[in-house]
Amino acid sequence: MSAPADSLLALKQAHPLVTDRPSLDHPALDVPADQVVTVLQSLRDQAGFDFLVDLTAIDQGEGASPRFTVVYHLFSTTHLSYVRVATACPGGDDATAPSVTGLWPGANWHEREAFDMFGIRFTGHPDLRRILMWEGYPHHPLRKEFPLAGIETTLPDLEVVAETGTKVIAAPMAGGPFVASPGEINLTDAEPRAKDESWNERNEKPE
Amino acid sequence: MVSSNSELAYNTKIEGDVVVTRADAVINWIRSNSVWPMPMGLACCAIELMATASSRFDIARFGAEVFRFSPRQADCMIVAGTVTYKMAPHLRRIYDQMAEPKWVIAMGACASSGGMYRSYATLQGVDRIVPVDVYISGCPPRPEALLDALIKLQAKMGTDRSAKRLMTA
Ligand code: SF4
Repeated sequence: MSAPADSLLALKQAHPLVTDRPSLDHPALDVPADQVVTVLQSLRDQAGFDFLVDLTAIDQGEGASPRFTVVYHLFSTTHLSYVRVATACPGGDDATAPSVTGLWPGANWHEREAFDMFGIRFTGHPDLRRILMWEGYPHHPLRKEFPLAGIETTLPDLEVVAETGTKVIAAPMAGGPFVASPGEINLTDAEPRAKDESWNERNEKPE
Repeated sequence: MVSSNSELAYNTKIEGDVVVTRADAVINWIRSNSVWPMPMGLACCAIELMATASSRFDIARFGAEVFRFSPRQADCMIVAGTVTYKMAPHLRRIYDQMAEPKWVIAMGACASSGGMYRSYATLQGVDRIVPVDVYISGCPPRPEALLDALIKLQAKMGTDRSAKRLMTA
């Protein structure tokens, strides 16, 4: 098996549109969306990156172009190294990306999660349904414009709604989000707490 | 044992072999000392629930060791964990399938109020979909806290007008 640096170089020669992506740790590549499946296939078959560690996505925010980027993390079980492949999805808010379930069956649920959370449609996916939120949920929660507290909507089961009168509400944030403070401070200060405790459900947030 | 035996007014010397009591006291005494929990273990709190059920803390001392995963055979749902909106309707359906009389313990911060999950995915307190009898604070509560909640629930069962409810049902 050739060294990863050589195989990545060969890959870039074979695919001139593949460019290096700035990265602090592992080698990373930017690949145009229409080539991503062939590039991933040659990474798998020629360069030995046989394991799809993770598949996730980045949202650059509303109005950005391209808005969504799908990121693949590959690992080689032979020469024990990682490579990261990123591809910008065409089509702003209704982004699409090619499915890689044909290369790694394990991509199936990752792509469903990316679809669920970001609304990216993976063309060629055998069963593109939501995986975490329920069928019929109207939003994609990891999109930048979606508030952490959520948006009021209805529960999945209408019979239970009729029985209980409950709905999905925006969660009371009470000064949150509740985050831990990083760094070398004493544990009491570092405990997860609302960053702004001047307001809560009863006292309005001062403007 | 919560409802003490003195309620049952049994004294062989005076009464002979006859026990004089109130129907409520007998029914509540029986019910509160054989609670069959429905373990609704949804997240980390379920681990403490299991600890409560096993030898070290031994919930059997309070007569509630018969955990039943079938709602038909349970009378106290212990909601131990984070209830997501996706799970909430199923939880309500399981509650609806439990036979009367039935009780609910909300175990831990998540079940009581959504806990630290102030987010789009988490039901902000299980009392939004089922009536809760006892809330337990803690994240997770210690097994002793769950036992305490069970004792509180037994005390609450002791005040029930069971006989009247049975007659009028
Ligand atoms: S209250 Fe804490 S321990 Fe219990 S389910 Fe919630 S996060 Fe887990």
